[in-house]
Amino acid sequence: MSEIIENPWARLRSFTHARLALGRAGDSLPTSEVLAFNLAHAQARDAVHNMLDTDGIASDLTASGFQSIVVQSAVRDRAEYLRRPDLGRKLNDASRSALIESTYLDGCHPERGAEGSTSPDESRCEAPSIVFIVADGLSARAPARHAIPVLREISGKLEGWRIAPIIIATQARVALGDEIGELLHAEMTVMLIGERPGLSSPDSLGIYLTYRPRVGCTDADRNCISNVRPQGLSYEAAAHKLHYLMTAARRIGASGIALKDESETAFLPGV
Amino acid sequence: MLNEFALNYNAAMTYTHTIGSRTWRFDDLKTLLAKSSPARSGDELAGIAAGSEEERVAARMALAEVPLKRFLEEAVIPYESDEITRLIIDTHDANSFNEIGHLTVGDFRNWLLSTSTDTDTLTRIAPALTPEMAAAVSKLMRNQDLILAAQKCRVVTRFRNTIGLEGRMSVRLQPNHPTDDAKGIAASMLDGLLYGCGDAVIGINPASDSLAAVRTLLDMLDKFRERYEVPTQSCVLTHVTTTMRAIEQGAPVDLVFQSIAGTEKANSSFGVNLALLKEAREAALELRRGTVGDNVMYFETGQGSALSAGAHHGVDQQTCEARAYAVARAFRPLLVNTVVGFIGPEYLYNGKQITRAGLEDHFCGKLLGLPMGCDICYTNHAEADQDDMDTLLTLLAVAGVNFIMGVPGADDIMLNYQSTSFHDALYARRILGLKRAPEFETWLEKMGITDGQGSLADRLPPSAARLLESA
Repeated sequence: MSEIIENPWARLRSFTHARLALGRAGDSLPTSEVLAFNLAHAQARDAVHNMLDTDGIASDLTASGFQSIVVQSAVRDRAEYLRRPDLGRKLNDASRSALIESTYLDGCHPERGAEGSTSPDESRCEAPSIVFIVADGLSARAPARHAIPVLREISGKLEGWRIAPIIIATQARVALGDEIGELLHAEMTVMLIGERPGLSSPDSLGIYLTYRPRVGCTDADRNCISNVRPQGLSYEAAAHKLHYLMTAARRIGASGIALKDESETAFLPGV
Repeated sequence: MLNEFALNYNAAMTYTHTIGSRTWRFDDLKTLLAKSSPARSGDELAGIAAGSEEERVAARMALAEVPLKRFLEEAVIPYESDEITRLIIDTHDANSFNEIGHLTVGDFRNWLLSTSTDTDTLTRIAPALTPEMAAAVSKLMRNQDLILAAQKCRVVTRFRNTIGLEGRMSVRLQPNHPTDDAKGIAASMLDGLLYGCGDAVIGINPASDSLAAVRTLLDMLDKFRERYEVPTQSCVLTHVTTTMRAIEQGAPVDLVFQSIAGTEKANSSFGVNLALLKEAREAALELRRGTVGDNVMYFETGQGSALSAGAHHGVDQQTCEARAYAVARAFRPLLVNTVVGFIGPEYLYNGKQITRAGLEDHFCGKLLGLPMGCDICYTNHAEADQDDMDTLLTLLAVAGVNFIMGVPGADDIMLNYQSTSFHDALYARRILGLKRAPEFETWLEKMGITDGQGSLADRLPPSAARLLESA
């Protein structure tokens, strides 16, 4: 005889993926539910602690026709990442040098760049209009699964935009994009970063747009598209929203609270 | 009296303590408080924590010698530049302070633990205490002290039912959904009610801040509550300004929700100040929707929020948190909820730090006269798991926490963190014999959801099955 008291309202589960009608052993959770919860938590914990496979992402990007550069924040390891968000917002010295070097080669560095120009905007160099950054954040699984499909969707809409090589960033917080964007004199950055993993969503991707990024930008200067994954916001819908925001940011010369997301009133194809 | 404070206030002094041949110095009261605090990652991140374990204890020894009166002379954030400091000083009750005004912080701990200090005494001296006094004494207390003293405090509040009576513990039913889908929310709400939860409030964190979406949820909750005559209150946890607009439009608002913090600058980053909260409370009071009382505010707090907003002024996160309770108590709330583990490991690193913070917050809030509940919770990037939550739940239930959260299976699918479940509430009731709010307990029995002892019925009777028809 089963010791479990079942709940006769299991049909409510069709309305939500919340953990409903779990039944009980006495007042407590049945063994199967305790184990199912343990598994979901284990997967979310692994998502936090797994490292981003930068080589794999770089070769996938190459196969999709993108160049890439790998950088790391000033954080040394995952334990430090979790305790020191301030370090996750700064590049380490080697990465900073690598980015400066790459812009120097393109003739974009303000000190050593096109002669006579003091402002990178007015220089004859090819400062990018958009820098995409693929970052681990709190779930390396999210960018590993969803970043390239989103990049493929959005890049098809960006005719005439100067797209910088894709930056692959590890031990990264959202604001790391500000230093990257500033070094590359980008008109805007779009960071595709792993969100804080939930028990039911260990691989949710967040997309942050920052216009005229510079060190010291805050959340109020950014627009965010959240919960990008097949079970949440689809790649196509995310790219649609992102394209709307990028175009609007360029039009009004700002992102963040000045820029309202009205993409839902704009045409949304087939979603 | 005010002028006297304005003259004497803010004068800093150096505090010292000598251990062997070494004299430890602490430049001012806020430094002394910060160095005395039990270790936590947020104070380390802010660069204000003790540099060694010995320094921490030296600071505590110096703090134990500080007279409580000193806290009325030296502000941790200047009176002139922070409206919460002004609120604390201007509303301090000098008469009831006479009873404890001769004590040092160390004496005060002994006094709190004395058997002669009972519930009536603690209720009487609550307005004599500043948040900094509560924070200071908590730093000298072990976990068992925080539990023992809090258990002697009793704070009872009322709206449609009575929360905080001795031997009772209420539950906020939290039926969140990632897209605010009304059917999804209703399904989780039914599950919670059928598990006997929801007497503190049925409270939804909406995914959208839009007024239209908030109104839809308010209407849905209110229709359901009226149809089944549930003796509880509902709340959509949106920004206070959105709730005020909903009230203007005639929406059925029971409680006004707002997240608050312990410095003016941090509250300003939340888009609130004392005047705005006062205006919102008055608007809710005018609706006269409470049937057994008029506590209409629901506040949430949590250690680390001031630092996170860059607005801590060098004050440690536990003292900042206690100052948030000064804000709360100015508005006679129904519920104050410290969301202890939500903020993440850069502020509270692991289960040990979350547990300690939960006990501190509950103790300080109760001592200051607040109806404290706790969202016993953690995120997946913290070094914590459900075992840590079981421990903190057990400790807080013993300490007499007014309410906890009830989330289906402890998994909040909208906010992406883990809290306590409907089952967890049943566990606490079973081991400690804790009852629900009396009005709600009666309703559950009438519906056949529970038996005469408050235990869940093994079979669902027709009256309770009717609830499911609404799905």
